[in-house]
Amino acid sequence: MDYQLTHEQKKLKQEYEDFFVAEMKHAPEVYHGASELEARFSSDEAWAFHRTMQKKLAEKGWLTLAWPKAYGGQDATIIEQLVFREVHAAHHAPGIDAGVNLFAPTLLLFATEEQKKRLLPQIGAGNVNYCQGWSEPNAGSDLAAVETQAIREGDRFIINGQKIWTTGAHRVDYIFVLARTDLSQTRSRGLSVFSVKMDTPGVEVRPIHYMDGKHLYNEVYFTNVDIHESCLIGEENQGWQSTRATMNFERSGIHFIVAAKERLFQLLAYVKKTKRGGKYLSENPLVRQKIARLYEDAERGLSLAYRVAWSQEQGDVLASAPLASASKVHGTELVQRVAEYATEIMGLYGQLGESKWAPLNGAMSDLYQWCMGATIAIGSNEVQRNIIAWVGLGLPRFK
Amino acid sequence: MDLDYTTEQKLIKDEAFNFLKKECPYSLVKELEESEAGYSRKIWKKMAELGWLELAFPVTYGGGGGQFFDLVLLHEEMGKALLPSPFFSTVIQCGLTILEGGSEEQKQNLLPEISKGKLLMALAQYEEDASYYLSDITMQAERQGGQYVLNGTKMFVPDANIADKLIVVVKTGVTEVSLLQVAGDDPGLRVTKMPTIGMDNTCEVIFKNVKTAQENMLGRPGQAEAILEKMNAKAMLLKAAEMIGSCRACLDMTTAYAKERNQYGKPIGGFQIIQHYLANMLIEYNTCHNYLYRTASVVDSGEDFGRDASALKACVNEANKFISERAVQIHGGIGTTREADVGLFFRKAKSNEFICGDTEMHREKVFESLLAQA
Repeated sequence: MDYQLTHEQKKLKQEYEDFFVAEMKHAPEVYHGASELEARFSSDEAWAFHRTMQKKLAEKGWLTLAWPKAYGGQDATIIEQLVFREVHAAHHAPGIDAGVNLFAPTLLLFATEEQKKRLLPQIGAGNVNYCQGWSEPNAGSDLAAVETQAIREGDRFIINGQKIWTTGAHRVDYIFVLARTDLSQTRSRGLSVFSVKMDTPGVEVRPIHYMDGKHLYNEVYFTNVDIHESCLIGEENQGWQSTRATMNFERSGIHFIVAAKERLFQLLAYVKKTKRGGKYLSENPLVRQKIARLYEDAERGLSLAYRVAWSQEQGDVLASAPLASASKVHGTELVQRVAEYATEIMGLYGQLGESKWAPLNGAMSDLYQWCMGATIAIGSNEVQRNIIAWVGLGLPRFK
Repeated sequence: MDLDYTTEQKLIKDEAFNFLKKECPYSLVKELEESEAGYSRKIWKKMAELGWLELAFPVTYGGGGGQFFDLVLLHEEMGKALLPSPFFSTVIQCGLTILEGGSEEQKQNLLPEISKGKLLMALAQYEEDASYYLSDITMQAERQGGQYVLNGTKMFVPDANIADKLIVVVKTGVTEVSLLQVAGDDPGLRVTKMPTIGMDNTCEVIFKNVKTAQENMLGRPGQAEAILEKMNAKAMLLKAAEMIGSCRACLDMTTAYAKERNQYGKPIGGFQIIQHYLANMLIEYNTCHNYLYRTASVVDSGEDFGRDASALKACVNEANKFISERAVQIHGGIGTTREADVGLFFRKAKSNEFICGDTEMHREKVFESLLAQA
């Protein structure tokens, strides 16, 4: 049993650390307040910074760490990739999109050789950005209820339907879509995955504004969108299999935990230098107890995230799926706890958004709102708990 | 990074599991709770034969020269079985104190005796005000010629009722806190078991002119804090390991119950509310368990792990209570009875919460350490 990084891994970690310290000095102000994902889509300037970072990470080979060499990857282990993601998240750095995070791992597992050769190099080079087209108005937690249709006509597919909660659809180049290709089948059978260019005629994006007014999510409408069959990923009608595999990639949860830990250390610095009623906040026993608890939660979460990666590395899906779900639940609820404690400790200042008055550039009040999406997105925490109960504990599934 | 058990670790784990499953059913735990001695001499003897009691000590002192992680695995298994034994007081709290602070001669004399199962010891630290901090110790040991004379009261001393020797934390000067060994059968000692939720050997010990030779001091005068701090960092990790083992057994027992108990014509484990209770319990277990392993795996490397040991004990205190409380709830009415085993976990979780410091104390330590770094 050994949780230590090797000497080589420690050296790499330092290299990542130095890189992000240097690069994030050039980040637009918004990256130092809002959550990274919000920041990235918030303005042309912020998006341009994401694109620049994406290219730089590509040049370093860091977008493709765990990919096989044959497709331009570095053949690194999942643990090594995790170390990179840990440092990346700690600096609130952009540069990694849903293409690298979700779509590429799916391609590697399920796409044809031709598709891998055509699509992976573009993703690995940081040339394109993807968004994820899964959720629909009537298919949220119950994803197998998707209604969007892709009907085959010769070597074409015609897509009609609507996707929702599509993060960044207003700025990216491609969407990977889960749609029903066999209308005679129901639920998880008869679904397929497509990669669709956002500028295809019939694709329309409408913004959904978050509670704080920020624009991150969208609705994407498909009206007679006519695509070539080469856009189909993997086998026709077998889309559920790859979608389920992709879900696990999303859930190791380390970026939630690392981001929470960073905010926690910012909070610590704040209570150390801030006086209220003539006394430092760091002298208040309630403040001390709460911050210590956040530290515990961050460290045990990090320990679990390593276990998830390790378990995924071993290829043990049955063991890793409930662990990944546990990590997602713990990480997202920790982020909420950090935001709750931080805004509470800041008192009246805890409500301030990005402004000259706001402590930490309004990071905590921003987090307080943004984090409500975290326990809902990428499989609500209720769905995660179902998975833990069914797969992790073998309790009976409901139909 | 290699998060698998080594072959040797697997052996230790399996051996401990099988041994305890056979020797220490929960019915025996309840029986021992009601006995005066509070532990099984028969099992203790067998534990010595299996080499468990020597595992913590280097070969030079008749020990088994085990890795720290071996002790972690052993404690997890003892926690699963809820084994009532003086292992923690004798081997960990006293054994490791002797190892950290004792003279060469003391180590040579005492550690092999502990290893053979012939010497039971207890650490008397706390007093009437129940402070965990050594700076609050008031009990004085007066120097008279070549010996010390102890008067006063120690409280919440585990296993004092069966101990052959006590290590007593006393003031030997105005501020100087030291460690003195005292014979367990000294006529000046009055030992009384206190009724605890855990129904364990928690004792009050009253000292009336108890004399001990100055050679019986462990370390030098004033060294108690330094010695105990080193011992405690390890001890709290091991106590946490024991509690995490309990969490696992309690969770498994409750999952099994939820699968077999029918209401409304189906197993209650099929209801989502029960599933989510159990999922929450597993999340708490998984996070704590991996934190334990991550922290424990650096102990032998000599790296400082004090902050994480405290943080771990704090969150395990909470997790153990949470898991065992949900477990009773899921069991329903039967879970509240003496007959059901699940209540054992609920009660032991509360007693273990205070061992090596409670949640508030540990969070205070964690914060101090974080602040120093900020």
